Amino acid sequence: MPTIKLLEHNGTAHELQLENGQNILHAALEEFVPGLDGDCGGAGACGTCHILVAPEWLDKLSPPDANEQGMLQMRPDRQDNSRLCCQINASDALDGFTAFLPQFQM
Amino acid sequence: MATTVTAVANSEAYSVPLDQIDMSQPEHYRTWAYHEYFKRLRQEDPIHYCKESPVGPFWSITKMADIIAIDSDNQTYSSAPFSLIGDLPEGENLNNFIFMDPPEHTKQRLAVQPVVAPQNLAQLEGLIRQRVCTILDGLPVGETFDMVERVSIELTTQMLATLFDFPFEERSKLTYWSDIALDVPGIGSEDITPEKRWEGLMECLQEFSRIWHERKSKPPAYDLISLLQNNEDTKNMIEDPETFLGNILLLIVGGNDTTRNSISGGVVALNQFPSEYQKLRDNPKLISNMVSEVIRWQTPLLHHRRRVTRDVEFGGKQFKKGDKVVLWWASANRDEDAFKQDPFTFLVDRSQARQHASFGFGIHRCMGNRLAELQLRVLWEEIMKRFRHIEVVGPFERTSNNHVNGYLNLPVRVHPW
Repeated sequence: MPTIKLLEHNGTAHELQLENGQNILHAALEEFVPGLDGDCGGAGACGTCHILVAPEWLDKLSPPDANEQGMLQMRPDRQDNSRLCCQINASDALDGFTAFLPQFQM
Repeated sequence: MATTVTAVANSEAYSVPLDQIDMSQPEHYRTWAYHEYFKRLRQEDPIHYCKESPVGPFWSITKMADIIAIDSDNQTYSSAPFSLIGDLPEGENLNNFIFMDPPEHTKQRLAVQPVVAPQNLAQLEGLIRQRVCTILDGLPVGETFDMVERVSIELTTQMLATLFDFPFEERSKLTYWSDIALDVPGIGSEDITPEKRWEGLMECLQEFSRIWHERKSKPPAYDLISLLQNNEDTKNMIEDPETFLGNILLLIVGGNDTTRNSISGGVVALNQFPSEYQKLRDNPKLISNMVSEVIRWQTPLLHHRRRVTRDVEFGGKQFKKGDKVVLWWASANRDEDAFKQDPFTFLVDRSQARQHASFGFGIHRCMGNRLAELQLRVLWEEIMKRFRHIEVVGPFERTSNNHVNGYLNLPVRVHPW
């Protein structure tokens, strides 16, 4: 049961306990974590689940596919550690995973 | 409201042979018949081929999941040279990024996006509220007036003038240029001759060129022209008039009749579903969610279209290179498989209200979506403070258009608390 931590832009932390394989966006929406929208329902098609992954976790993730890269490129506030969290599923290897939520979703 | 129209539409949509259905017909949209046609297509032939139409043959994509999949693959499904169901008149080139693929698309969109960055919008909210209050406080009480003219068009036009820092007293030109920009064959009612349309577009180019030159000597600001001038990729855009005009028109059109028709559409929806209007009166905190639901229910733009770049199999059908594939946002927004709650009902507290197709998906997803939501939210906040009811008091006319889904007029009376 991996635990992940999402920090809102104002510093409020949310710790979520996920099942192995559970999608991070869906889990966050179920817990009403503010700052994520997921307007396309998690299909990597809207860019409104943008997160900034804590540096130490970035290369523990499988790299973004071409689709996700295309969407991330459109985010004016993208950083090197930007990801769309609808494309990330929890696993034991991600126990303690931490990410920051941007100030706005667009 | 409009029950007799729906009854006629019902029988028509189910009696015509499947292969004769042509969703490019503007009349389907004027009468609301399109809802029944798309319902039938989703059930019987969700990836439907129309062999012959005034805009040539085309595929209709009617399911949300299929639309999302196609809209996410911009290599197979291109937006160039034009992404509406029709084609631009011979020899015409409207170079703007909605009709481009990466990498040109990306460069131009990124340059223009800051005009609607949320930080910018936060600064605009005060001005929007001021404008809304002035418009609402000027409305007559106890008298029928046209919501479209007095509120929907007026508010939207004022907003456009602000984004462009366009001379406020001449703002009606923005509406005119926007209305004529897409008045091309195959889309809808052509109220204007091609010559007059071109004359209008040239006037738009001249006016914005004048503003460009005038703005050059001023310090950088947050209006659109300033942003273009201060970005490396677009600072010389004026030297390519087709691209300059194309992008100006894109941003005027994008923010014009879409927002306008969402404003009118919200009033229509609340009047068609009075128990939902009561929910809103009882709990104005629902406004934010209702705004998304209005945008879903109205679907201000009915479709966009893609061009297939290679022979490809999709959902059991064979697309050929060069085929037109039409993404019917209006159908996705009634897809029973996409929404847990009945998609034909207007529900101010719908749980998936944000998950509609009206802004599109993928790299072309509407850039102005948060600005649209902001305008509508502020408008309804101020409406609910003043009026218990904006009552539709008579018949109204809808647009006869397969792209723009709107209202030509809407007679209403306001009832203060």
